[in-house]
Amino acid sequence: MDVFSSLMDGFATALTPMNFLYAVIGVVLGTAVGVLPGLGPAMTVALLLPVTYALEPTSAFIMFAGIYYGGMYGGSTTSILLNTPGESSSVVTAIEGNKMAKAGRAAQALATAAIGSFVAGTIGTTLLAVCAPIVVQFAVSLGSPSYFAIMVLALLAVTAVLGSSRLRGFAALGLGLAIGLVGMDSVTGQQRLTFGMPLLADGLDIVVVAVAIFAVGEALWVAAHLRRTPLHVIPVGRPWMGKQDWKRSWKPWLRGTAFGFPFGALPAGGAEIPTFLSYVTEKRLSKHPEEFGHGAIEGVAGPEAANNAAAAGTLTPMLALGLPTNATAAVMLAAFTSYGIQPGPQLFASQGPLVWALIASLFIGNLLLLIINLPLAPLWAKLLQLPRPYLYAGILFFATLGAYSVNLQAFDLVILLVLGALGFMMRRFGLPVLPLILGVILGPRLEGQLRKTLQLSAGNPAGLWSEPIAVGIYVIVAVILLWPLLMRLWRKARPGRSSLLPANSGAADYSD
Amino acid sequence: MTIVVGYVPTPEGEAALAQAIAEARKSNSRLLVINSSKGDALVDNRYAQEPEIQSIEDRLATQGIDHVIKQPVRGHDAAAEVLDAAEEHNAELIVIGLRRRTPVGKLILGSTSQRILLEADCPVLAVKAG
Repeated sequence: MDVFSSLMDGFATALTPMNFLYAVIGVVLGTAVGVLPGLGPAMTVALLLPVTYALEPTSAFIMFAGIYYGGMYGGSTTSILLNTPGESSSVVTAIEGNKMAKAGRAAQALATAAIGSFVAGTIGTTLLAVCAPIVVQFAVSLGSPSYFAIMVLALLAVTAVLGSSRLRGFAALGLGLAIGLVGMDSVTGQQRLTFGMPLLADGLDIVVVAVAIFAVGEALWVAAHLRRTPLHVIPVGRPWMGKQDWKRSWKPWLRGTAFGFPFGALPAGGAEIPTFLSYVTEKRLSKHPEEFGHGAIEGVAGPEAANNAAAAGTLTPMLALGLPTNATAAVMLAAFTSYGIQPGPQLFASQGPLVWALIASLFIGNLLLLIINLPLAPLWAKLLQLPRPYLYAGILFFATLGAYSVNLQAFDLVILLVLGALGFMMRRFGLPVLPLILGVILGPRLEGQLRKTLQLSAGNPAGLWSEPIAVGIYVIVAVILLWPLLMRLWRKARPGRSSLLPANSGAADYSD
Repeated sequence: MTIVVGYVPTPEGEAALAQAIAEARKSNSRLLVINSSKGDALVDNRYAQEPEIQSIEDRLATQGIDHVIKQPVRGHDAAAEVLDAAEEHNAELIVIGLRRRTPVGKLILGSTSQRILLEADCPVLAVKAG
């Protein structure tokens, strides 16, 4: 398996006029939803899922990848110019970025964010192309017990590490797993959670669930909090950087990439923790520590590189293992399933051309994003003047249309509304959305692996820890679960030391 | 008595404010400055920010005009806010700035000034920029 020649084949596929067009549409849409707070790539991909059924899977995934990367670029624009993070991964960027903009250095902040994103995205995508096949080689040797353990780890890690409250996280995860259970059991044919309704026997369509939770829930939430004091966008000149800015930016870019990629690839890594770590590191290493808090360019360059590298990192387990670690990856995984493509380690073998075209399109998308973001950031900021009622009315319209078009069944609209109300209540009570959506998507596959394991061991639960890798992973799971207890003991033993872990920073609350 | 002025940070708005100040000095009335936004967009350039409001505040104070500046964000359009304020304070005069609008633009977007002119119960003084 030659990575380079596969990648070149991928470029050939991704550069056909049609696919290139979808890449352009993807990055433009992605930047737009990135700029607008409250709209994220996960919601956009979910809304577009039904629309893209008619497309070639390759074209659809090229567009989705563009949206995902675009969201990371767009978020920084809003953070810097408005002091409101466009995406949860841009929360840290706002700290220094907005200070720079207020000091008249908005252009430099935007430039370092865009170029840093490009550098990190390119390095990250290269790492993805190199690492993913290696992970696959390792993954094909894994049996059901190990898979089961990895999925348990992913679910628990997302639930326990991200977000402000473990209890809320587990509540959301439970809801998600319950939604995933609805329908007929594939082995015994038993009806589960169908309440005697034949329409529920096929289970809930994942597209309807995703659209309801992300789009309808968010739209209702925004409608309930519509009015807020409007702000002005800080004016920018042409984004460009002086020699000094380059000199101070390139190291943070590389360090941010080094933080972002591995954290993105880990379950529960996400893009929030590496951006925070990158910020803290830059603050400590900076030759101008006095500038931090007043607009230090390192504080923009590092985190912005970190969030793009994390985006590339997230795609590694998604493509190599079929394991999503954030909301957008989860929805993309649902897209694979709805195209009838089985995600997992066999993906590279069975859908090689698609996967490599997807990876190649990430390189292309990155370049396109640099071109449309660097000179046009102030134009993108104009999107923020859009009255939100129009915007959300449009989203609700597309959500309804999409949910109906999946199965052409009016009953799906009822499900859409019920789950949309659930999404609203979750936001109201601070329940993170990510564990729910991962529960819905991974739950049935988790159950499948559990059953396979138990069948192999003839019903003996010891089969669950029959592989050494599985045992190792359960140890990690135990550490994650017992972490608060361990921390408490640690603090008691050594009083006066506080932890630097950003796990409970509010940043993760947006979860999308 | 009170004079109500609809203010926006544009040349038309500035002209209206200047005219309103002149009127207020002539009749020694209280000046009520209204700068509103529906608040449904994240960014609204017609909603004055802190420094702009502060400079108007200073300007009115140095001229010795009894004044109130209000920035309602209640989801109503600017015309409704100005008319509300005029009614509530029993205004003797409303001052607004006019800008050029094509007939088509007026058809699509409506006209704040037209609505104030037609619906106000007191005299309305409309000024143009420059």
